Amino acid sequence: MADGKKTLGQEISKGILKENPTLVMLLGMCPTLAVTTQAMNGIGMGLATTFVLLGSNIVISALRKVIPDKVRIPAFIVIIASFVTLIGFLLEGFLPSLYESLGIYLTLITVNCIIFGRAEMFASKNGVLASACDAIGMGIGFTLALFIMGSVREVIGAGQWMGMTIPVLHDSPMLLFIMPAGGFFTLGMIIAAVNKLTKKKPPQEIECAGCEGCPMAGGCDKKEAAE
Amino acid sequence: MKVFFVILLSAMLTDNFVLSKFMGICPFLGVSKKLNSAAGMGLAVTFVMICATMVTYPIHHGILVPNELEYFDTVVFILVIALFVQLVETMLKKCIPSLYKSLGVYLPLITTNCAVLGVTVLNIDNSYSFLESIVNSLGAGLGFMLSLVIFSGVRKKMEYADIPETFKGVPATLIAASIVSVSFMGFSGLFS
Repeated sequence: MADGKKTLGQEISKGILKENPTLVMLLGMCPTLAVTTQAMNGIGMGLATTFVLLGSNIVISALRKVIPDKVRIPAFIVIIASFVTLIGFLLEGFLPSLYESLGIYLTLITVNCIIFGRAEMFASKNGVLASACDAIGMGIGFTLALFIMGSVREVIGAGQWMGMTIPVLHDSPMLLFIMPAGGFFTLGMIIAAVNKLTKKKPPQEIECAGCEGCPMAGGCDKKEAAE
Repeated sequence: MKVFFVILLSAMLTDNFVLSKFMGICPFLGVSKKLNSAAGMGLAVTFVMICATMVTYPIHHGILVPNELEYFDTVVFILVIALFVQLVETMLKKCIPSLYKSLGVYLPLITTNCAVLGVTVLNIDNSYSFLESIVNSLGAGLGFMLSLVIFSGVRKKMEYADIPETFKGVPATLIAASIVSVSFMGFSGLFS
């Protein structure tokens, strides 16, 4: 993956489809499920995350030789949390309505596995430019996934889409889809569709950055096999 | 007393962190394969949530508010949680090795569990008192454990089900989670 042979364009494009953080690598599930009751919220959350990802990837990759290996996790967390505070201020000042609707999930970008995962897997090993491209690609992939989720849930669950009314569905929307249960269901269906389209078995070939800091480590087959 | 009971039950059931607030989905999907690990993770998270609340609450009201530094909440809280997880790990290793052995694997993962940061921030946002915050954290932790344990039972059954190739793995798990979430919707009228 990080073999240095990839062009910058490939670094960007891999995050959108092949290594889509949400739909293929299954990271960052919490915001994916929580804020996607409307397509607009999905885009807002996606762009906010992209901003944080871009900032933290650039800073971490620039400092990767300065930060000692032992304290890298707290150091990464502080860098990420600072960018989250920054985007919180920006949204509160310029887009207060979005700030309201994202609510606590904006703060929770800090612990979004995508950002931490990219810092650990990519930015701490690659140059600044490559890390920035990686962040943009992953950010676009995340935003796209959130937009699709939000669109499906808003159209079926509320009969609207980006302020437009959908004729038949608006009269009798399936409310379940904007409730928590519908979130799980829609995401399951979308991931199944992605599996079908890419004609691939459920993702197993994920690049593993070691179990420390990996949210899935407790139930990971690789870890069990390694023990 | 009644207030505490309402906070405890609503954090546990009606506002269940996993199934209605979508916090801590990663461990929910990752660690719920076996009953033992689900219960262990639930216990560890509950413990860290309570400890983190006990520390972040005084920090917020004692240090940050008087100095008008509320916007440092996120940075300070996440550092406290990360430090606390480290501290708990070291202490358990030294004092109660048996408990450390059963929780050991899950402790470092708790830092990146959004439910822990979520509950500390929510305690401040809802302007709970110190005791109410602790009760809320306890309820959130127990609710987290409850959903993990219930879901590990569901997944046990799913292993024997004949699932279409496309849905194998994560999609089927998510759809099962959706059904469990519907069952938790039944609690929603509890405190109306």
